[in-house]
Amino acid sequence: MSQARKVGLPLMNLVRFKGVPILKQLHLEEKLLRTSSDNWCIINNGTNSPTVVMGLSGKPSDLLDLESVLQDQVPVIKRFTGGGTVIVDPGTIFVTLICNRDAVPGVQPYPRSIMYWSGMLYSEVFKGIDGFQRHYVFGNSKFGGNAQSITRERWIHHTSFLWDFKARNMAYLKLPSRAPEYRLARSHMDFVCRMKDYMPISVFIDKTVKAIGNHFSVKPLDLDVNAVAADFDDAKFVHTTRLLMKQELEEALSVSTRELCHQS
Amino acid sequence: MALRMWASSTANAVRLSCASRPPLSPAFSLSRCFSSVLDGLKYATSHEWVKHEGSVATIGITHHAQDHLGEVVFVEVPESGGPVKKGSSFGAVESVKATSDVNSPISGEIVEVNTKLTESPGLINSSPYEEGWMIKVKPSNPSELESLMGPKEYTKFCEEEDAAH
Repeated sequence: MSQARKVGLPLMNLVRFKGVPILKQLHLEEKLLRTSSDNWCIINNGTNSPTVVMGLSGKPSDLLDLESVLQDQVPVIKRFTGGGTVIVDPGTIFVTLICNRDAVPGVQPYPRSIMYWSGMLYSEVFKGIDGFQRHYVFGNSKFGGNAQSITRERWIHHTSFLWDFKARNMAYLKLPSRAPEYRLARSHMDFVCRMKDYMPISVFIDKTVKAIGNHFSVKPLDLDVNAVAADFDDAKFVHTTRLLMKQELEEALSVSTRELCHQS
Repeated sequence: MALRMWASSTANAVRLSCASRPPLSPAFSLSRCFSSVLDGLKYATSHEWVKHEGSVATIGITHHAQDHLGEVVFVEVPESGGPVKKGSSFGAVESVKATSDVNSPISGEIVEVNTKLTESPGLINSSPYEEGWMIKVKPSNPSELESLMGPKEYTKFCEEEDAAH
């Protein structure tokens, strides 16, 4: 893109992390969505340990193998955005976009409009990769998933990319009762694939930043997550994203077990 | 603390309330075959509606909003007795992998919450102005209603907003 054309583009702060815990990342994202007036791109290369992350309406008993989760003490987070359940770990790459509602021409603050635009953005990133299809698919396997949260003046679109993953971690997740048609009732291992089999990580991140640069004037910020979080006044801000207590998971398991007994 | 309500999701097709007689309003706007904007209500630029009857105002999201949001699968509303502030979020709906704030067009005290939305969040799609109401509020400043849009103004607002994108 020519320099002249870039001049009129809105500014976007680019923050890059490595191994930041996903709870800390989500708290930062929610805070930036609610209290900042800037546009942000956050890229976190891996989170520090395996963690289950559910959407706002997620029900642990429906979505998780609670016995295994409790036995292995896997943390379970309920995030502030919608969408499904994922298990994230050091092999997951996170790319988050937080934008003012008028930042992208033609994008309305509604989920389908935002996802249509992000679909085009990532099509630029994965263009030329054999088997790539829209919505984070190589062939017929998914390598990422996204979710949104929309306020009156801003929206967030965040994606978790399966750079690599361990099969045993996928076993913590049940088949969701509510799933898109294209899933075809496949197990997790039959439904997902690893990005590292398709492109080098440096190429992915560089192409992502370049694609974002076609819509924003990207300004890298070299800050650690704690410093960025501290920049904003949070006197009245209360996180929605939270770590579920062990007791909650145990109660969910107990209820689920009782329901199963009644049914049999 | 927000009252969390989960729902077993069922696919609800959007049904415009042209054939049925809504108890909220005596007449439809005649500007289109299937009306998505009702007379007798006031509207916010963030696509919520208010029906003021006596000392209580009923609030929900408009047909335009539910149409753009897609199938609503979860609704989060506050508990009764709490305050709402004009222009501020009081709850959220989830649709198509997104949580979307629902903002109050007026300030006041919540006197009732639609508990049917627990099991039937799709009411917001199928009946946004009737069974899909979200909260009832005792307004603290009724003059705030005067700054809201009427049906014709809101219809034009929606058309202009869609045309701009």
